[in-house]
Amino acid sequence: MTDNLYMPYLMRIERITYEAPGVKTFMLKFVDEADQDRFSYKAGQFGEYSVYGVGESTFCIASSPTRKGYIECTFRQTGKVTNALSGCEEGSVIGFRGPYGNIFPIDEWKGKNLLFIAGGIALPPMRCVIWNALDLRENFKDVTIIYGARTVKDLVYKDELKDWELRKDVNLVTTVDPGGESPDWKGEIGFVPTIVEKVAPSSKDTIAIVCGPPVMIKYTFPVLAKLGFTDESIYTTLENRMKCGFGKCGRCNVGKVYVCKDGPVFTLAQLKTLPDEY
Amino acid sequence: MVDLIKRTKELLETSEVKVVIGYEQGSGNKTRALFVEKPEDADKLIFDSRCVQNLAAYVTKKEIKEKGKMAITATLPVMRSIIQLASEFQVNDSNLLVLGITPESKMIEFKNLVEVEAFVHQFQIEIDDRNKEMLDRLEKMTKAERWKFWIDELTPCFKCYACRAACPMCYCSRCTVDVNQPQWIPVSSDELGNLEWHIMRAIHLTGRCIDCDACYNACPLAIPINLLTKKMLVDAKEHFGGYQPSLKGDHLMSTYKPDDKENFIQ
Amino acid sequence: MNIDKRLVRKDSLEKLFDILKRNSKTIYAPFSKNGKTTFRNAESFATISTGYIQTTESSKDVAFPRTEKILDFSNNKDGMSVKGTDLSNLPEVILWGVRPCDAAGIGELGSIFNWDYKDEIFNNRASKVTVLGFSCNKSDEFCFCTSVGGNPGNTVGSDILFTRLGEEGDYLAEILTQKGMDVVSEAPDLFEKAETPLKDKFLAEVPVRFNHEQIREKLDKFFESEEWNKQSLRCLGCGACAYVCPTCACFDIQDEAHGKKGSRVRCWDSCGFSHFTLHTSGHNPREVQSARWRQRIMHKFSYMPERLAVYGCTGCGRCSRACPVDMNILEHLISIQEVTI
Repeated sequence: MTDNLYMPYLMRIERITYEAPGVKTFMLKFVDEADQDRFSYKAGQFGEYSVYGVGESTFCIASSPTRKGYIECTFRQTGKVTNALSGCEEGSVIGFRGPYGNIFPIDEWKGKNLLFIAGGIALPPMRCVIWNALDLRENFKDVTIIYGARTVKDLVYKDELKDWELRKDVNLVTTVDPGGESPDWKGEIGFVPTIVEKVAPSSKDTIAIVCGPPVMIKYTFPVLAKLGFTDESIYTTLENRMKCGFGKCGRCNVGKVYVCKDGPVFTLAQLKTLPDEY
Repeated sequence: MVDLIKRTKELLETSEVKVVIGYEQGSGNKTRALFVEKPEDADKLIFDSRCVQNLAAYVTKKEIKEKGKMAITATLPVMRSIIQLASEFQVNDSNLLVLGITPESKMIEFKNLVEVEAFVHQFQIEIDDRNKEMLDRLEKMTKAERWKFWIDELTPCFKCYACRAACPMCYCSRCTVDVNQPQWIPVSSDELGNLEWHIMRAIHLTGRCIDCDACYNACPLAIPINLLTKKMLVDAKEHFGGYQPSLKGDHLMSTYKPDDKENFIQ
Repeated sequence: MNIDKRLVRKDSLEKLFDILKRNSKTIYAPFSKNGKTTFRNAESFATISTGYIQTTESSKDVAFPRTEKILDFSNNKDGMSVKGTDLSNLPEVILWGVRPCDAAGIGELGSIFNWDYKDEIFNNRASKVTVLGFSCNKSDEFCFCTSVGGNPGNTVGSDILFTRLGEEGDYLAEILTQKGMDVVSEAPDLFEKAETPLKDKFLAEVPVRFNHEQIREKLDKFFESEEWNKQSLRCLGCGACAYVCPTCACFDIQDEAHGKKGSRVRCWDSCGFSHFTLHTSGHNPREVQSARWRQRIMHKFSYMPERLAVYGCTGCGRCSRACPVDMNILEHLISIQEVTI
């Protein structure tokens, strides 16, 4: 890495997985192996992914640092850069700047139960820490994953969901919104907050990690509070408009915090101190 | 402006309007926009020759519109802007009342926009002598000299978009420069990029600009960008006949007439 | 520490300028155009604007240009090649005619570009700048440097600070840094070692208008106040205040490509623009102008002091002068101080 903070690594797209309508996962490897050796990151961090000539876009690193040799990102085709990324083929070279941001404090969670709650395209920011935890499974007690999407087609990481379902040391609950089920759907039907209430996981010695669209989050937090979770034991990762990724361009400044530096991982307790500008 | 203050108080006390847009004393010798919602604040209203800001820029602003029916202190340029905005469906009689100020500084209340239009149509849009002289000078330059003039003038521009913000006709909720698929005009400020922005804006204003100079007055660097829009006024008049803002909505650049000259196609 | 004080005769300034130009120095000085003053490359002393209380634009352009290439890329048959901006050949610049509030602003910009990650592009440019500050003999009603910890004769940020000793007087030159000394060594005879009076009585009067500590404490409880709405009704959401400000550093990163080649540029941006925080999904955390106005004030007077231990404002008053609708920041701050919660 040069002194130039804005200089991306060159990454080759090794594999493209089509996850859901408009959603793809890229497996990326460093073009320069020396970069690969020097690079390290922790679960929760994000990067700026660029298509040269088009621009940069912010996504989390959706793979776990326990799996070496590559990183992954998952994104939905929404705007200028994601559209351009979507048009890239395996073998194309894109740019990556990172890792930026703070981390899920997974070391502090050792010995506890883990409850992951995610909705739709918000599973990718959590997949890094889910993998990380599963790769170090013996460090944690019960692991519950509650994941929902609008329809069956919109569920991402379908193959991994199958793996998690088969695992005896993971309690996976998948759900789709009412009306989103297919004829052979065997999972739950209901909005994620409703299903969380139904599953009623115990809050004793449990850390909850929640990520989803604003409306899902809004109704999930009260459910967790009712189940006895404290604000300090609920974690989330924020998505905000970001540009530089290292606290200088000003875009992600919310209250006294820069989401790219003090976040994107926050506890609910920290989130409550921020003004409602995210 | 005793009449204005008195009328403002009446309008607010009877809730006929929810906010009156006028001028107040600002810092130093400046004047600035005032939004009167409570009758007692009407005493701050003033009007004199310094009050040139085009207040019509505010009638399309969401935060002002959602207060309810507006009334606006309108000099002739402001009235013209309002008629143009009305012809583009941005204001109408149900959300705007015009408190006109004649060129003799007398207050005149219009019952509706048709009356405003009748008043406005008594006056032609004339470019003042100083600017006419400047336009002549530019006309007499060679293409190379003119190019150099504009590059010199526009290179300092840092694309703050104060010109766009102050212009009543620039009310698009998503301006062309803010669209990034595709990025029609580059974001950053440099020689050619600045030229692109200002030319694009002048063209978007052809047939709509009523020559109020709000763009020039707003520019922090006093760049004479109003010369571009004035030139479009002159050209439009020459090619398609002079125009007046009109409630009929027969816009100069989007109304086809069989006798339109096409000598600009070369 | 004893500051090296010299006397510079009033006609020596032009001589100093000429010597520096002869020695191939690039000098950015205030230049008047259309009645406004901005900093430009000065070819002759005669083109330098004088008599201004404050320039229209700040001088931050020398260290933080309005548009700057940060890398170049090209996609040719050998693959993708990306090159960072060449930091080794940046020009040395002498900034001439900078007011103390602006000189202090360069330090505040430095705080933003160096907190945590160090932005070497900015640092390289800033290190090449020598600041020749000129104290203020006059101020106007928009100035408020003394309310934010500055003063019209402040030496912070300057390499040499000149103070005119009276209207037609000679200059006191305070040589503050090695860079300042380097300038002196270009023309040592012009910097006389002579008795120099204290500068205080030649400085402008800038009364303190508000207590910045009180404002900062108040802002902590002020987020939901109706005042933001009232203050910002006339704000049109342009970027004039941010762009003329010596400490505003918000920027955008854009790719500009032509075919298979192009550059990534960093360019100025403003939190006042409606799309600054707009998400691609259409969600905008700051949807109304009052939220954006609030962000400007909170960032400068509450968030920055908290995180970076500097104020985001040097009291130069440019924003108030440049604003097309008279959003007078001093007036707004005083009203925040006076409003009861």
